[in-house]
Amino acid sequence: MTVILSRLGEFNVNDEPTGELWLEPEQAAVASGWELRPEGFCRGDICVPVPLNKAEILIADGKVNLSAFWNHMGMPAATSIDGDVWALGEGAESRAVELQSLDAPDFTLPDLAGVQHSLSDYHGKKILLATWASW
Amino acid sequence: MWQKLYDEIKKQNFIIIAIAMDSEACAARPWIEAAELDYPALIDRDHRVAELYNMVNVPQAVWIDESGIIVRPAENAGAYEGFRAMDLETWTMPEDELATTVNAQTTYFSAVRDWARLGVDCGHLYSAAQAKDRTAVPSKETALAHCHFHLGQYLLRNGRKAEAQEHLAKASRLHPTSWNIWRQAAEKNETGLNNDAAFWNRVKSLGGDYYYPPVDIAGMPK
Repeated sequence: MTVILSRLGEFNVNDEPTGELWLEPEQAAVASGWELRPEGFCRGDICVPVPLNKAEILIADGKVNLSAFWNHMGMPAATSIDGDVWALGEGAESRAVELQSLDAPDFTLPDLAGVQHSLSDYHGKKILLATWASW
Repeated sequence: MWQKLYDEIKKQNFIIIAIAMDSEACAARPWIEAAELDYPALIDRDHRVAELYNMVNVPQAVWIDESGIIVRPAENAGAYEGFRAMDLETWTMPEDELATTVNAQTTYFSAVRDWARLGVDCGHLYSAAQAKDRTAVPSKETALAHCHFHLGQYLLRNGRKAEAQEHLAKASRLHPTSWNIWRQAAEKNETGLNNDAAFWNRVKSLGGDYYYPPVDIAGMPK
């Protein structure tokens, strides 16, 4: 069992921990948002063709190598020593584009009672999004 | 911190969403319960909001308008660094620094009140061009730091403390200007180093740099 941490949440996938993240395409899509389609790896309207010289690195035996894809895209990732936990992050550039669009990025977080709140639940109000900490 | 202000403005189609940058809900719980908040107080153990909005310290705030547009990007939420003049023997602050600290918060809160009451006419909202200009965007190292932080927090929750500590420390090295990350990494540090002392040393090493950068609102201290 391997755990993937991404902007979409926490996912358990049936992958034997190795140095790479070989997954069923459906699992990869659920955990990362990147879906394998005839035109390549796609997320929303964005598609990235699979380069011919990397086809075997990225796709083999009906599985996709999500860690190699992340690397190919220059997106940040970190993994545990045993390779059983992967944090797949967003690239700095796409984060910059998103921030400079001035559309407030949505998120969902729990309150103390465990109730989930999304920023978008409060759409239509002025929102002061303020951080603090007990430390 | 925000409840009194919120009481005054909540009827003006306004909400405060407080995000606690604590790794464990139990750390934030006593504060939230004591304050009897009636706005959402959310726990962000993985610093998701800090990552999304490129935040590095607390308190920071983002102003978001009714249509979900950022009208003031992440900035210091009215704190002033008068605490740097604290006498660490007596834990007292020079009176002028104390007065400036109080004045900074009052001025910032009053700007928030103006916004609640007057909306776009309050004079504190940035144009799109200004807001873009003032949006700090993450570097590659910052993006990678958040991966290591996320992984570190997960490992910590799953009892893999030593390994977690390596990733939290790496996150802090990759994103040295983040006090949020440093604090969470230092909190888990078991080298016996006194965290307060480590904090003060780190603040001292800022030299002439800000801990709480000035807020561009009339009347705020520079």
